Amino acid sequence: MGTSIWIGTRKGVFCLRADARRKGWRLAGPQFLGHIVHHIVQDSRDPKLLLMAAKTGHLGPTVMRSMDRGRTWREAAQPPAFRKAAEGEAARAVQRVFWLSPGHASEPGTWYAGSSPAGLFRSLDGGDRWEPVAGFNDHPMRPKWVTFGTPDGEFLHSILVDPRDPKHLYIGVSIGGIFESMDGGGDWAPLNEGVEADFLPDPAVPFGHDPHCVALHPMKPDRLYHQNHCGLYRLDRPGRRWIRVGKAMPKKVGDIGFPIVLHPTDPDTAWVFPMDGRTVWPRTAVEGKPAVYRTHDAGKTWRRLDDGLPRAQAWFTVLRQAMCTDRESRTGVYFGTTGGDVWASANSGERWTCIARHLPEIYSVTHAV
Amino acid sequence: MKIASPLRSYTAGESRVTAKGATLNEILANLDQRYPGIRFRMVDEQDRIRPHMRLFVNTSEARGLSDSVRAGDTVHVICALSGG
Repeated sequence: MGTSIWIGTRKGVFCLRADARRKGWRLAGPQFLGHIVHHIVQDSRDPKLLLMAAKTGHLGPTVMRSMDRGRTWREAAQPPAFRKAAEGEAARAVQRVFWLSPGHASEPGTWYAGSSPAGLFRSLDGGDRWEPVAGFNDHPMRPKWVTFGTPDGEFLHSILVDPRDPKHLYIGVSIGGIFESMDGGGDWAPLNEGVEADFLPDPAVPFGHDPHCVALHPMKPDRLYHQNHCGLYRLDRPGRRWIRVGKAMPKKVGDIGFPIVLHPTDPDTAWVFPMDGRTVWPRTAVEGKPAVYRTHDAGKTWRRLDDGLPRAQAWFTVLRQAMCTDRESRTGVYFGTTGGDVWASANSGERWTCIARHLPEIYSVTHAV
Repeated sequence: MKIASPLRSYTAGESRVTAKGATLNEILANLDQRYPGIRFRMVDEQDRIRPHMRLFVNTSEARGLSDSVRAGDTVHVICALSGG
């Protein structure tokens, strides 16, 4: 069995495949040339099924489905869409499907999608027909939780399902914060205590934060990490207060970035890609010297991993869906850059190799078996 | 209807198709029956024409989906983008 890495870009989809030793990478594609692809995700319960969040410059957003591991694709019969607005109500329309997450192992057809503007959607039939999750989209507090977005709109992302309980969900909203539901999405509550929001007049607000990426460890579901616009955090439930573990990062690098990915079996190990969040927010590799940082102790310490990466004058960054791990015994780590290159490490980040160059701007890098 | 190139994956490459209806809304509903999914790529869930698209009936830009269409009219789907 080889390794596949799906790459969603601003101009289409590519796939990198390697042999069982993770050597001899071959690039296939593009598929859907010209499509803006924010996410491609394999179904953890049925590996033949992949979903893709796609749109084009002109056309509205949709979801594409493959039942044969990405060889052929068909459009969802009913893509994610908000309900029709009532008279006098603000009329929301999905501008882009931004995030896709398979549901719980016990609910094989269930998928979740997050959109911009911030909306949560659910499919019960493997991603063919989608319905809005009214518990969040029409929550009486939603207008206060989500007041303004990034220049590209608000994004709902990081839809996490507790492997012990299909009704226990987390979501991230940029900008809005992290929210938790205990009843399958019927009701939601903010979960942002301890998270800084230094861009707001009151930095101690209960919501209004900007989580860039939230991750839950599958083997220890009470362990969450998140990369925020204002630092890098860990939370151990049932606690409710996030700890800023990014304070252990080198001061000159800082703890701002988009992605965070977790080791598949070790809840204390995570990888991040720091970017420059100073002054006017260049959002590039810090000082043009890209590096991944890894913790082995749940964020108490971080180690720089840049062997093989450009030593200078490399000004890309890595977006929130554009970093992943595989599930091999010696964990492979992969990331795609805004400059269109894909980098891989077969030894947990100790040594990096560029396995694809000159692709369009990369939005998503995901592992598939 | 004259179909712009971004939508021709729905019409099996056809640039001109025929649709029935007395309004643009009816025309698009008829079109969607024959080419499932095409309407949502052109019109959002609030029945607004998407930002980078325009509909013309003959040479006049449509004001909305309730605009009437007569037998023999040509509906043009126009797409416009800027940047790379």
